[in-house]
Amino acid sequence: MPDAVARIELAADAEEVAPPRISVRNLDFFYGENHALKSIWIDFLNRQTTAMIGPSGCGKSTLLRVLNRMYDLYPGQRAEGEVLLDGQNILSPGLDLNRLRRRVGMVFQKPTPFPKSIYENIAFGVRLHERLSRTAMDERVEWSLSRAALWGEVKDKLHHSALALSGGQQQRLCIARSIAVRPQVILLDEPTSALDPISTLKIEELIEELKRDFTIIIVTHNMQQAGRCADRVAFFYLGELVECAPATQLFTAPRERRTQEYITGRFG
Amino acid sequence: MPEDPKHILSSFEADLSRLRDMIAVMGGLVETQLADAINALLNRDAGLAAQVVEQDPKVDSEERAIEQFAIRVLALRQPVADDLRHVVAALKMTTDLERIGDYAANVAKRTLVLNHAAPSYPLASLVQMSRLVQENLKSTIDAIGEADPVKAVSVWHADQMIDDLYTTIFRELITYMMEDARNISACTHLLFIAKNLERIGDHATNIAELTYYAATGENLPEARPRGDFSASYTPSINK
Repeated sequence: MPDAVARIELAADAEEVAPPRISVRNLDFFYGENHALKSIWIDFLNRQTTAMIGPSGCGKSTLLRVLNRMYDLYPGQRAEGEVLLDGQNILSPGLDLNRLRRRVGMVFQKPTPFPKSIYENIAFGVRLHERLSRTAMDERVEWSLSRAALWGEVKDKLHHSALALSGGQQQRLCIARSIAVRPQVILLDEPTSALDPISTLKIEELIEELKRDFTIIIVTHNMQQAGRCADRVAFFYLGELVECAPATQLFTAPRERRTQEYITGRFG
Repeated sequence: MPEDPKHILSSFEADLSRLRDMIAVMGGLVETQLADAINALLNRDAGLAAQVVEQDPKVDSEERAIEQFAIRVLALRQPVADDLRHVVAALKMTTDLERIGDYAANVAKRTLVLNHAAPSYPLASLVQMSRLVQENLKSTIDAIGEADPVKAVSVWHADQMIDDLYTTIFRELITYMMEDARNISACTHLLFIAKNLERIGDHATNIAELTYYAATGENLPEARPRGDFSASYTPSINK
């Protein structure tokens, strides 16, 4: 059995015993009158990567923004249903959003480093949640940058501006920044669409590595990327979840005709 | 099942359709090779048998061309889902078709040798078997062209009859050899010919399995209808 297949099958076995990290139940989402997500049921499993694919406007990024309540920043947007993070409904009105966003980190399409030093980019978020001694903070910065596979490249210029880094390095810095606060879930919204192929592979390698400790949810337009890094792939279309299956199954024998048409490029 | 919509990328559509055409051409070529080999055998036609042997390299070169083209499609198009299954199936089918071509050429080569001996043996069972093998191969190739899993399953089941006939022919030929030692040489060639035909049936079964997989994404059960009972241990023969 090829390794990739064995990995998926192990993951599939684990699915039956481990409770999901995030469980989305009957979720509807509205941008004003626009019904953007329709009765979504999906589980995101711990220590697995789930890729969300679908054409523009299908609702995948919307779902990502629900998972850390990013939509709260915009008036007129509302979610109905339940999103359970370790059993707790994160859509509850009384929820502490800062605490939620520490647990559910997010990385965006374009690298968004702060116009500060590399060190400060990491330390800034940590200080919002924890009081660390100088030594402990140094350790945290090194840990985060090492986990993001960036330490070797920046350890001698930690106090240089983050804006001087290349696009791929900036994106890894953003990932380091998001894991510095030790979240449980990392949301990646097309994290490599602005990067060259080598930087893209480095991020994918990083995702593989980070999966050991975190639940990873990635939105991507790149089918091969979904195939390369995801254990499970969810296909969305017109606000509905059409199919969610192990990557091997979805890319070799999808159950739904709409999935097949989309991934083979016969859509529309 | 409704017709699949076309790919947005028309050159990809063209590649897949070219691959289907190449398989159809190779399938047709192999069918002709088998038909000619069988006619040459039954009619003791040395000219036709020689022609089959000469045409065999053409089958081989078709195989290489399809292989190279399928690899190109995999590398450049990175097909998924049913497209992936069709390309992988084509890649594997071409090997089976090439083997069928080899067996047909082998039948022709033995025909050339047999033509030197007097026709002192009955061919009725062999005629029946070769008809079945031809029919099965034709249905298999039709199933590929139509991507028809139902037809593929029927070929898969039909192979059992070919195996049964092979076992019968095996026993008949043994009997002729026991009756008169002068038959041994010709009957041995016939035995190999029957075995070649039986193997062609097996390769057609492989192709049917691949066709089924390409069309449905599912595998047929592992227990294939394979029943060459001449190879099983029978104490009566060993006594």
